[in-house]
Amino acid sequence: MSEITLVEAVNLALARAMNEDDEVLLLGEDIGVNGGVFRATNGLQARFGRARVIDTPLAEGGIAGVAVGMAAMGLKPVAEIQFSGFIYPAIDQIINHASRLRNRTRGRMTCPMVLRSPCGAGIHAPEHHSESPEAMFAHMPGLRVVAPSSPARAYGLLLAAVRDPDPVIFLEPTRLYRLFREEVADDGVELPLDACFMLREGADATVVTWGAMVPETLAAAEKLEEEGVTIEVIDVATLKPLDIETILRSVEKTGRCVIVHEAPRTAGFGAEIAAEIAERALYSLLAPIKRVTGYDVVVPLAKLERQYMPSVDRIIDGVRQVMEAS
Amino acid sequence: MGSMEMGFDLNVDFVQLLSPSGEISKAASASAKDIDRLVRFYRAMTRTRTFDNKAISLQRTGQLGTFASALGQEAIGIGTAAAMEERDVLVPSYRDHAAQFSRGMSMSECLLYWGGDERGSDFKHARGDFPNCVPVATQAPHAVGAAYALMMRKEDRVVVTFIGDGGTSNGAFYEALNMAGVWKTPVVVIINNNGWAISTPRELESAAETLAQKAVAAGVEGRQVDGNDVIAVHEVVRRAIEKARSGGGPTLIEALTYRLGDHTTADDASRYRDPEIVRAQWTREPIARLRSYLVSEGAWSKEQEAELLKACAEEVDREVAAYLNASPLSSDAMFDHLYAKLPDSMQWQLEDARRFAERKEHGDV
Repeated sequence: MSEITLVEAVNLALARAMNEDDEVLLLGEDIGVNGGVFRATNGLQARFGRARVIDTPLAEGGIAGVAVGMAAMGLKPVAEIQFSGFIYPAIDQIINHASRLRNRTRGRMTCPMVLRSPCGAGIHAPEHHSESPEAMFAHMPGLRVVAPSSPARAYGLLLAAVRDPDPVIFLEPTRLYRLFREEVADDGVELPLDACFMLREGADATVVTWGAMVPETLAAAEKLEEEGVTIEVIDVATLKPLDIETILRSVEKTGRCVIVHEAPRTAGFGAEIAAEIAERALYSLLAPIKRVTGYDVVVPLAKLERQYMPSVDRIIDGVRQVMEAS
Repeated sequence: MGSMEMGFDLNVDFVQLLSPSGEISKAASASAKDIDRLVRFYRAMTRTRTFDNKAISLQRTGQLGTFASALGQEAIGIGTAAAMEERDVLVPSYRDHAAQFSRGMSMSECLLYWGGDERGSDFKHARGDFPNCVPVATQAPHAVGAAYALMMRKEDRVVVTFIGDGGTSNGAFYEALNMAGVWKTPVVVIINNNGWAISTPRELESAAETLAQKAVAAGVEGRQVDGNDVIAVHEVVRRAIEKARSGGGPTLIEALTYRLGDHTTADDASRYRDPEIVRAQWTREPIARLRSYLVSEGAWSKEQEAELLKACAEEVDREVAAYLNASPLSSDAMFDHLYAKLPDSMQWQLEDARRFAERKEHGDV
């Protein structure tokens, strides 16, 4: 085992999946010779050839569309959209076709594809490079939506995504690509696509989060513990299907819930979690649910991105509010 | 279109008036050889290159975000902008500051944009020009829509837009060109074919012999021009603009150039292309080519060159200072221009952002 970054874990999982199944192939812009702009596919074209690691023309709608066609024929395409801000032309194909091919044909045809994309702010990137579009995909029936937050979870979840018989949207937080290293065993063991990860146990409040906000939330938990407040930190990881049971059990135990996400607040995925808790665990709550999210603004350019993204400070403030409410 | 028997002769011409070694073509008109104008072109291209060098060094020293240089592609922007009237509309991609500087965008505005500050897109001059467009090809339909608006209002203005070679692989490009052909909008679409879409070479973008011929399927005139020949770019774009202005409809111009630098400062082109090819392309670049011609005509001296470089460096330094001394942005800036008026229901978010911005320690991971 060796300590690797999240982006190296993505690379490792892709190589593993391609090695174990000849029908897995990769396509996207600059993923071959260049190894992807973040190097997620580094070395894979040299190893698996140009037929299985395709440098496509610059056409996101086309990339998603040909992946649907490939998947319908039984291949397992893993398509990369270079930045999440460029994912929107692909949404047509994902919503109108990938998500419903199985349903439309009563199971005669399926769409076992993965659409990978970096996402999120915090790396001083140019315009349209910092989006968090997970809620749009989570809203669409027929899709799975995954957002890993550590190298080990990226490895296991991506392997599961490639092997899954249905379309999976796999959103990789750019800020975490090289933020920290972790031991990852290249053992081919996948992680479940329908389970939250309990990262830290606590008694006073449950903080539910995913993706790039996980390290911030864990840092907030450390600081809060110094004040004598212990929180449970849940990494949702697979937004859809949502493992609400793990979240409900935790909320029933702590009585307080804070939901943290980087995407804008309105109709963000936090609203879905809050609604589920309200429907199914309202009487366990000692305080109103609190959301700490990106503001309802266009994700700003680099100078203000830190003021847009939930900080450790804002998360601690959110937890204190639910603590003070009861 | 009535005949049962149909065929089509594909005809895409290629225009070059100044050879790579700086020899003028016999086909160049007297007006194209106007020496005062060519000196202005030379100055403008040099100004852009001086800026690019500085911007890259600012990025390398942590004073600028990711930056896309126009190195080697200056002639396209300078020749094009010179063919436009001030009242015309530029719809840029994200590597078009050569044209934008000629249109009045300041260098400090360009730096603000790449430095992560939206104020860089609030041009003091050329206020009718569109902001940079990063999602590749999405600007092409905007140009056609803008041209339609001008046509509908019978305004004597045309729209000029830029797109890269990779951009022509994108559906939005074909859709835009198709609409422009149907509606005969006064728009000139210029392909900056610099050979590379990040790491993807031109031949992996399209099997078409030329990109200009993509015009044919849209019923639009397509032409190729040597994009490193500012005289030819100016001539070809000028004619296309005249045609558009007189109701003749759109033109697609493929300007052949070469990306001498990396895609952006976030890219390392040595990973995917042979430095020998790049070295060979340096013999074709636009500035040395025009200088060679001006010198041979007795219109440019070493003294003038030294003065120009000094003046460019001074201007760039002034603009860099203006950029670095820009007033700090408050968190309110995220909300100020979100809507004409911030909805009352969002006021608390603005105040929340302020509350945390005022704290010194953000506690980021």
